Amino acid sequence: NEEGCKSKEAEIKRINKELANIRSKFKGDKALDGYSKKKYVCKLLFIFLLGHDIDFGHMEAVNLLSSNRYTEKQIGYLFISVLVNSNSELIRLINNAIKNDLASRNPTFMGLALHCIANVGSREMAEAFAGEIPKILVAGDTMDSVKQSAALCLLRLYRTSPDLVPMGDWTSRVVHLLNDQHLGVVTAATSLITTLAQKNPEEFKTSVSLAVSRLSRIVTSASTDLQDYTYYFVPAPWLSVKLLRLLQCYPPPEDPAVRGRLTECLETILNKAQEPPKSKKVQHSNAKNAVLFEAISLIIHHDSEPNLLVRACNQLGQFLQHRETNLRYLALESMCTLASSEFSHEAVKTHIETVINALKTERDVSVRQRAVDLLYAMCDRSNAQQIVAEMLNYLETADYSIREEIVLKVAILAEKYAVDYTWYVDTILNLIRIAGDYVSEEVWYRVIQIVINRDDVQGYAAKTVFEALQAPACHENLVKVGGYILGEFGNLIAGDPRSSPLIQFNLLHSKFHLCSVPTRALLLSTYIKFVNLFPEIKTTIQDVLRSDSQLKNADVELQQRAVEYLRLSTIASTDILATVLEEMPPFPERESSILAKLKKKKGPGTVTDLEEIKKERSSDMNGSAEPASVNASAVVSLKTVLISVVDEVWKFVCKNNGVLFENQLLQIGLKSEFRQNLGRMFIFYGNKTSTQFLNFTPTVICSDDFLNYILCLNLQTKPVDPTVDGGAQVQQVVNIECVSDFMEAPILNIQFRYGGTFQNLSVKLPITLNKFFQPTEMSSQDFFQRWKQLSNPKQEVQNIFKAKHPMDAEITKAKIIGFGSALLEEVDPNPANFVGAGIIHTKTTQIGCLLRLEPNLQAQMYRLTLRTSKEAVSQRLCELLSEQF
Amino acid sequence: MISAILVFNNHGKPRLVRFYQRLAEEVQQQIIRETFHLVLKRDDHICNFLECGSLFGGPDYKLIYRHYATLYFVFCVDSSESELGILDLIQVFVETLDKCFENVCELDLIFHMDKVHYILQEVVIGGMVLETNMNEIVAQAEAQSKLEKTEGGLSAAPSRAVSAVKNINLPEIPRNINIGDINIKVPNLSQFV
Repeated sequence: NEEGCKSKEAEIKRINKELANIRSKFKGDKALDGYSKKKYVCKLLFIFLLGHDIDFGHMEAVNLLSSNRYTEKQIGYLFISVLVNSNSELIRLINNAIKNDLASRNPTFMGLALHCIANVGSREMAEAFAGEIPKILVAGDTMDSVKQSAALCLLRLYRTSPDLVPMGDWTSRVVHLLNDQHLGVVTAATSLITTLAQKNPEEFKTSVSLAVSRLSRIVTSASTDLQDYTYYFVPAPWLSVKLLRLLQCYPPPEDPAVRGRLTECLETILNKAQEPPKSKKVQHSNAKNAVLFEAISLIIHHDSEPNLLVRACNQLGQFLQHRETNLRYLALESMCTLASSEFSHEAVKTHIETVINALKTERDVSVRQRAVDLLYAMCDRSNAQQIVAEMLNYLETADYSIREEIVLKVAILAEKYAVDYTWYVDTILNLIRIAGDYVSEEVWYRVIQIVINRDDVQGYAAKTVFEALQAPACHENLVKVGGYILGEFGNLIAGDPRSSPLIQFNLLHSKFHLCSVPTRALLLSTYIKFVNLFPEIKTTIQDVLRSDSQLKNADVELQQRAVEYLRLSTIASTDILATVLEEMPPFPERESSILAKLKKKKGPGTVTDLEEIKKERSSDMNGSAEPASVNASAVVSLKTVLISVVDEVWKFVCKNNGVLFENQLLQIGLKSEFRQNLGRMFIFYGNKTSTQFLNFTPTVICSDDFLNYILCLNLQTKPVDPTVDGGAQVQQVVNIECVSDFMEAPILNIQFRYGGTFQNLSVKLPITLNKFFQPTEMSSQDFFQRWKQLSNPKQEVQNIFKAKHPMDAEITKAKIIGFGSALLEEVDPNPANFVGAGIIHTKTTQIGCLLRLEPNLQAQMYRLTLRTSKEAVSQRLCELLSEQF
Repeated sequence: MISAILVFNNHGKPRLVRFYQRLAEEVQQQIIRETFHLVLKRDDHICNFLECGSLFGGPDYKLIYRHYATLYFVFCVDSSESELGILDLIQVFVETLDKCFENVCELDLIFHMDKVHYILQEVVIGGMVLETNMNEIVAQAEAQSKLEKTEGGLSAAPSRAVSAVKNINLPEIPRNINIGDINIKVPNLSQFV
């Protein structure tokens, strides 16, 4: 054993020796008897437990499976389920052994086989046994313990390969297991039904009334009724919890009798919480409270009985002050969900002092984290100032692990509930001061966007950052925000001699040398903006730009900025300077990228509620403000879109109309036309349901690489009516201008509310570079002459690929024409080849493109060659076209 | 669903490891190490639940654990499980071990690794709770022992297998698992179903 060994090396040596020994025993001439095999397999398991790879022994374990001796079989199964191996030959042997044991009618062997299937749960096992297990489960003569195993085994297979588990006659019989006499069977069946019902609610609807009556019998039973199933005086707590979970798959029962019975159960559970405990043991209160919390979850899930909701809230309020940490933790967690119910939001708010106190006094970080979550959930206009102040307070001493999240939450709340934007600016600057390292880009981009979009706060912001920058040691993020804001609005405070242009400049420049390259780059942009704002300090700034440390800076970006800005300040007239360096225009209003970031951190769903409230506010602003001295058009950073993007762009490369996206709710159709570097796209949103979509907001979003984008593609859209009636279709026009060649297709993000749920989806818009193609006819001679002219290796891109569709010459021709280039007949000496030519029109340049496609019918392959004057264009066109054949 | 059951001692040495979700061995080892570091730094009398970040690839997972003298019992579960329920399940498991081994200690987990696995298998299979009624679990375990004994020539096998493991030599003798204030010798112990 490793503990005898002084060092890690010694341990490894010892283990390797042992492994070699076992290996030689297995490989040896002498056949091992069952006992030795068992012994060595056991050793291997132990070595595996210590964290060492075991790459042999599987075959020996499989041999043990077919033994008639229980103990050998058992260790064989154990080895197989701990050291799962995907070798297909082994799997075949294992499945064979399992099949024999399942057919053996020996309940012990059947149990072992079922446990193994449940533990491994591989697709191969699902293929082999998913049809068999339901039969075992519902057969009349199956023993209870086998039934239990079979139910969970089926559940496991359903989890890993739902497509292989067929629903059928057995489903109704499984539902009736809820009435079984053996509570172990009922518990296993309830787990199975809960999972199946989530995906097939209709099929298992009848389980609701059965579950309610079962629950009712348990809840009202005397503690002695259930004998073995009573745990520390609580009747069948585990089963109760499972039944309450099952009921959370469904809305409140429609049948008034069932509903009444359920309400009675829930009331009884709430009442029992107030009774004196029947035992002082922690197990008693644990079990009792497990049921209670699950009942509260169900009440919150139904969200329909104000009376129960308020009782639940009061109960949780009591737990908030309970001496058991576990209960305080769970109470904070449940209250968080309760806070989003309209019936109980106010009731939750009454506990604010207790929660704030928890933040200050809890010893456990998990609990404090829950307290932060709850404060965030209960925050509204009436208590925002208090909650933000408390969170900031807590941030000073908060655990490192949760600081970033608190920063995001504070930033979101401060923005959302800001009535007075000076408060917002103060809050964010405080955030940077207290936890600068945890303030992500999204947060400081956002404060800049808001300041730029709100005239009323700009002067205050300039003054505040100026003061904050006076501190001898300030966080680099503050320098960024300060530099950016003074560059835009420094003029608003320049009248005060204490913050004259020169003082502002010197103050910023005093931080310059302490900062990282990106911040220095930003400061250089601020300096050139100062040249425009304050002509009186132009020469000072030029001197700085001209210094060796700038002009000869080893960093290319810094050097380039210094050279360009110096040149700009020297040659440009004041008018040109004023135009180039004018104040940033307001940012388009968009979903906050901070919120998106928080969602990413916490997982989707956890912040949806807030999201919805947010949508209802009109004063939302947007995404990313990459600080750059360039005017931004309607673009948002891709960072705001964290859901996966549907990418069907390839379908539209060679055509302009069609259905872009369709699910049960929504259909999106497209019609588009392009001429030279301009285009127009009509997007049709069809509501396929009979219910209204609310807050329907489609947004066109460009690529992550923001700067690159606005220089390449200019998109303009008009907002659509936020309400889309059931069955109706609305239309949106996108005007497109291709400024220069671009790579990524833009993304269409659509958000709306349907029924009670928030929907969010993203689809790539098929605006691709080839749309700006104009076909060019030319003779064979011209073609080859130009082909030769583009012979620089960087101008050519070639791709050899397998045909994905039947190789039909007519279809291929249609596709090349659809792609936008001219199809040149009789140009290529080989008539089987296709050649095309055209010009890509962008606002800034025109790029000639030649292409040649050589099919090889025998190999079912193509070779595609693109030659254009620009490498990136050749590359992109080749990518787009290769997908088509 | 339960994703993993980990038992390790106060030094982080794994004593029982069971994953119910297919993960590469190095990922398993990393999870064991990180889980150990997460629970080790916690006081004994604080909350028994903690988030494990992206350890299992999503925020939906929690660690629920109990600390008994020299051993930590940690269950990694997703949000479909009741926290208090799992806490009780750990207790049921430990009490069962205690019954089957008569005063269970860390050594039993090492020398009777196979048996511990078999007992666990009566409680949890494939990440799902099979049985919580302790009498039932103990009865199953006893039936197994009986079977082993009746298998004639093999009667000596388990103890011989154990001594085989012992031969790899184990100098540090772990102390008993002290179940502390939880009196597990109550007669007519009730079960949690």
